[in-house]
Parts: sequence; structure tokens; C-alpha cells
Amino acid sequence: MSKKSYRQAINEALAQEMRRDPTVIVMGEDNSGGMGAPGEDDAWGGVLGVTKGLMPEFGRERVLDTPITESAFIGAAAGAAATGLRPVAELMFVDFMGVCFDQIYNQAGKFRYMFGGNAVTPLVIRTMYGAGFRAASQHSQCLYPIFTHVPGLKVVIPSSPYEAKGLMIQSIRDDDPVIFFEHKVMYDDEEEVPDEPYTIPFGEANLTREGGDVTVVAIGRMVQFANQVADKLEKDGIGCTVIDPRTTSPLDTDSILESVEETGRLVVVDEASPRCNMATDISALVSQEAFGALKAPIRMVTPPHTPVPFAPELEDLYIPNPDKIEAAVREVVGYGA
Amino acid sequence: MLQLSRDTLLDAYTRMRTIRDFEDRVHTEFATGAIPGFVHLYAGEEASAVGVCLNLNDADYIASTHRGHGHCIAKGCDVGGMMKEIYGRRGGLCGGKGGSMHIADLAKGMMGANGIVGGGPPLVCGAGLAAKRLGTGGVAIAFFGDGASNQGAVHESMNLASIWDLPVIFLCENNQFAVTTSYSTTVAVEHVSDRAPAYNMPGVLVDGQDAIAMYEATVEAVRRARAGEGPTLIEGLTYRFEEHSLGLGRVRRGEYRTEEDIDRWRKRDPIVIHEERLISQGIATREECDAVNAETQEEVERAVEFARNSPFPEESDLFEDMWANPIPQP
Repeated sequence: MSKKSYRQAINEALAQEMRRDPTVIVMGEDNSGGMGAPGEDDAWGGVLGVTKGLMPEFGRERVLDTPITESAFIGAAAGAAATGLRPVAELMFVDFMGVCFDQIYNQAGKFRYMFGGNAVTPLVIRTMYGAGFRAASQHSQCLYPIFTHVPGLKVVIPSSPYEAKGLMIQSIRDDDPVIFFEHKVMYDDEEEVPDEPYTIPFGEANLTREGGDVTVVAIGRMVQFANQVADKLEKDGIGCTVIDPRTTSPLDTDSILESVEETGRLVVVDEASPRCNMATDISALVSQEAFGALKAPIRMVTPPHTPVPFAPELEDLYIPNPDKIEAAVREVVGYGA
Repeated sequence: MLQLSRDTLLDAYTRMRTIRDFEDRVHTEFATGAIPGFVHLYAGEEASAVGVCLNLNDADYIASTHRGHGHCIAKGCDVGGMMKEIYGRRGGLCGGKGGSMHIADLAKGMMGANGIVGGGPPLVCGAGLAAKRLGTGGVAIAFFGDGASNQGAVHESMNLASIWDLPVIFLCENNQFAVTTSYSTTVAVEHVSDRAPAYNMPGVLVDGQDAIAMYEATVEAVRRARAGEGPTLIEGLTYRFEEHSLGLGRVRRGEYRTEEDIDRWRKRDPIVIHEERLISQGIATREECDAVNAETQEEVERAVEFARNSPFPEESDLFEDMWANPIPQP
């Protein structure tokens, strides 16, 4: 056990799985970086350094720098997965799905069902998401609801370094296509992470806080904010159960419903655009399956339905924050009082 | 005519005849309403799939188009399983989940027909990458049409295969029409194969009605691929005898291509060309060819009976085959 950043946790997961299984390869733009520059073989390790150190250990046969042609290399990763490799392909920013989505949702995501169960596609696509980096409209989106919408894709959104390592190893060992969402603001977050390999199963939510008054379901980076709010409100006598679903496909609906049955109140915190996102999905689930348990209307804490703005003042207004979550929790707890 | 054995030449004839009989039978079955959905017939283009796949074994992969029945048969897929799939029955190659446009058999190296124009070339780069990394010696071939030749994913794939020296072949079946739009109005160069130099690979233009010409062009491309010398772009100039899709009834014969052109190309039927060659060179007699034809018709007839008598999928099948690693339900 030692302190590791989100970045180091993912890097360690990749390295450990590459040591364990020679069919694991990584590929993407700048994954080693310095390609073709003598003496600069390991310059970058991806734009955020997540794959740094892999090329010197595993060589260019297994750490592939690609041209900026996402359709070709994401599709190649899908084809390689269907024919014997376990590729981990990096789609640098999830916003770039627009130039390769066919290969993800029409090809990789459908092989198994469309071919009558006669295909395995152990593909991982790592991708960066989220606002807060002053990266503006085309480098800040969440978009995981779009992938969650596609039957055949597993969607993984780790909320901390510990979660990132365990979920990445599970993603690589899983035989289905996995989209692995890394929040760009969290790469330098640190916590205690085991040195040895471990897995965290898909479809099992993590209850990061437990309290009896309100259920707060939060996605990805929003789990941290929800935890902060829960800790603060506990001092005021308001008990929050914070649920980190970890994966939105599969979604651990049982844990959410069981908690709402106990608390009778639900707040969903989602950084994705508010229409047809995880907040609306989970709200619909609870409305349909646990209506009788609800003591207050469900509250959704999301950004406004706008593109992500550039100016820091505007972006800060855009992103859900602890104050907004606290207000929503207080509102549902005080409902009807 | 190269060093092909009599058996191989007859095998090519048999495979082409099987494809044509299969497509003719699908055509008539579709007309009865027995086959649901979209069906795109390969009749007229048989020399391409067969000539190319004669070079391949089960360790080699192909990705197909939505005109995929011919590629399946040429790659060795079971004709009965195919017909069941096209009928949407249990026990079809994809359990009735894929249908004509997604028919696949990975065990035979057939990575699927594809409903997306230009969907296959990126996948084939991956199959080539896997073959290289795993040292199987396999090659991977992407069939695509003149319409797909303009897709960005196809261009990206040619570039990727070239920079990585992948054991891949890009096989453009230029049947000259994207649905009803002539390639002369949509492709900026005279021949699709002219684009090869842009990707630093050989480009070969072949008579796509001649199975042996297609075979020979592929021999060299496969040699290059297996030797680690990288990809090749082959363009077979061909023609589809039927309309783009069964059910496109409102497209009338002669509406977007002239009657004269259709007749001229029908006279260049790839099966007739190959049959005449077998007979004129004394490789087989007319009677022997007729006997092959009787056998292939019989095989296809059996496949139709087999499909008709196969059970329909059941409700439980709707939920099957979603995941390789399902999530345990509590």
C-alpha cells in the first residue's frame, strides 16, 4: 500500500496486466511519445502521462503510437480484440468520439449479440472526460450517457485512485468492450492504493457514506463533492448515503433502490448534460420502482443544458459543486416541513 | 494459366456456382415473403470473392460488406447455417440475431458482413495487427465497394496499415454504383486503385469478372502480407447483376444504367467466363460442369429446406448473447 495518484494507479494497472498477459497492448496518440526522435523514446506517455514508462518496458510492439485517425485505430483495436488481443486503446478526449463512434457502437459494441454469441471483444477504450480544465466546449464533455445508451458496451467511471486501479484491471480482464472514463481534473488526486493487482467487480455500487435521511447518487468526480457535502451535513444532523455506481453499464439498480427504500429521498448528481443523462435515468428508475417510498420529489444536480463554456467564471457556474448539492439535499430533507 | 491444379480450378467453379445458386434462391425466397429485412445480392461479382479467398485458410480473416453472402461462401461458411441466418431462424450462423447484413463466422475467419459502408477496413487492420503480434502468419482482407472507397475510415485504414506494415489487403469491389450513383461521379480519380501511391502501397487494377485474374493479383498481395512487406490495394472492376437491394422495387431496370450496359456486363458473367476456360483448356467437360451445377443446386435446395424447417427464435433468445462476462444477478 502506498499513496498513488489517479494517474499512477491507472499506469500501474496497465503495467501489471501487461506483465501478466502478453496479449495486452496499449495504443493511442502519443502513448509513448517521441516516436521517431532518437533518445526521446519515452518522452510523453500520452498527453497526461498515463502510459509513461510502458514503452521502455514492453517495447514498441506492445505500446503503439497511432496517427490522429481515431476511426482507424479504435476500429483496429476492436478488430484485434475480436481476433485474439486485449487492446487498451486511448481515445484522448471523449469529445473525439464523434470521429470514431461507428467503430465503437456499431462494430465493437454489437459483435457479440449480432453474431449470436460467437464473438468475444475484450477491448478497453480509455478516455478523458469532464469540465474544470478551462478546456472549453470540445474538450470538456462527459458523454458517458451516450455510451451507456448503447447495449453491448460496459461503461466504467472511477471516482478515485483506488477505484481506478481496481476497475482498470477488471476492465482489461473483462471479455466485453469497456469504455473507461478518466476525469481530467482528478489525475493528480492521491490516496492509498494497494501495490498488488486487484479487481473491483462491475455492477456493484460503492456506498461511500451511509446515513438515513437522503440517498445521494453521484457519478465520477461528483462522488468527491457528494462526500464533502455528506460530511458537512452530518454535523448538522442530516445523514446522507452516498452511492457511487462505479459503472453505469451495468448499473447496480438494486443498491440504489434499497437505499431509497430506507431514506425516502433521492438526489442525483451528474456532471453530464441534463437531458437524457444518468440523473434522468436514475430518477426514472426510482420513480417507477420506489415511488411509494419517496417522501419528497427527486432532485437532480446537473450542469445547465449548454455547451461547456471557456471563461473560468462561466465554467465554474456550469459545473455542479458542493454548494448546489448541499442546497438540493437540504431541499429534499426539508420538503413538506 | 499459372500453376493452379485441376482441383483448385474446379473448386473455384463450384464455389462460384454455389454463390450464384444461393443468391438466385434467396431472390425467389425473398419474393415469397419468407425472408425478412434487407438483402443485397452478390450475383455478378462471384469471381472476386472466390478468386481472392482461394488464397486463404481458416487462420486468415476477411471483413465483408452488406453484400456479403458471396464472401461467406468463398471463405467456407456453412451454406445451411447461412440460409437459416438469412431466414432469421434458431441455429443460423448468428442464431438469427444478425441476418443477411451481419452474417459472420469468426471460426472461419469471416468477421462479418457489415451494415456500415466502410465499416470493415479498420477492423481488418486490427485482425492484421493481432496476426502480427500473435505470430499466426495470417493475413486479413477488407472487401469494400466503390462507394466505401471514399469513406474516411477506409483512407485512415490504408494509412495505418501502411505505416505499421500490417498483413492486410484492401480489396475494392468496384461494381460501379453506390446504390444508383455512378462511381464516375463520386470518385475523384479514374480508378480507386490509383489511390494506392498516396499510402505507399502497390495498387492493382484487375478484371473483376475473371476469377483467375483476381486469384493471381491476390497471390502477390498475400505473399507481400505474409512476408511482412505491408498492405496492397486491389481493385476488381465488376458489376452487380441485380439492384442494390432486394425490395428496392421502385428502381427500374435501365433507369440509372443503360440496358446496353447491363446486357454487355451480363455477357461477361464470371461463371460463364470461368466455365468456358475450363472447357476450352480441356480441364473439364461441359458435362462435368453441368454435374457440378446440379450438385450446387442440390446443396442450396437442401439449405432452403433446412432453413424452412428450422425453429423460430423464442422470447428467451432476445436476452441471450449480450455479454461474454455477464453480471451475476442477485
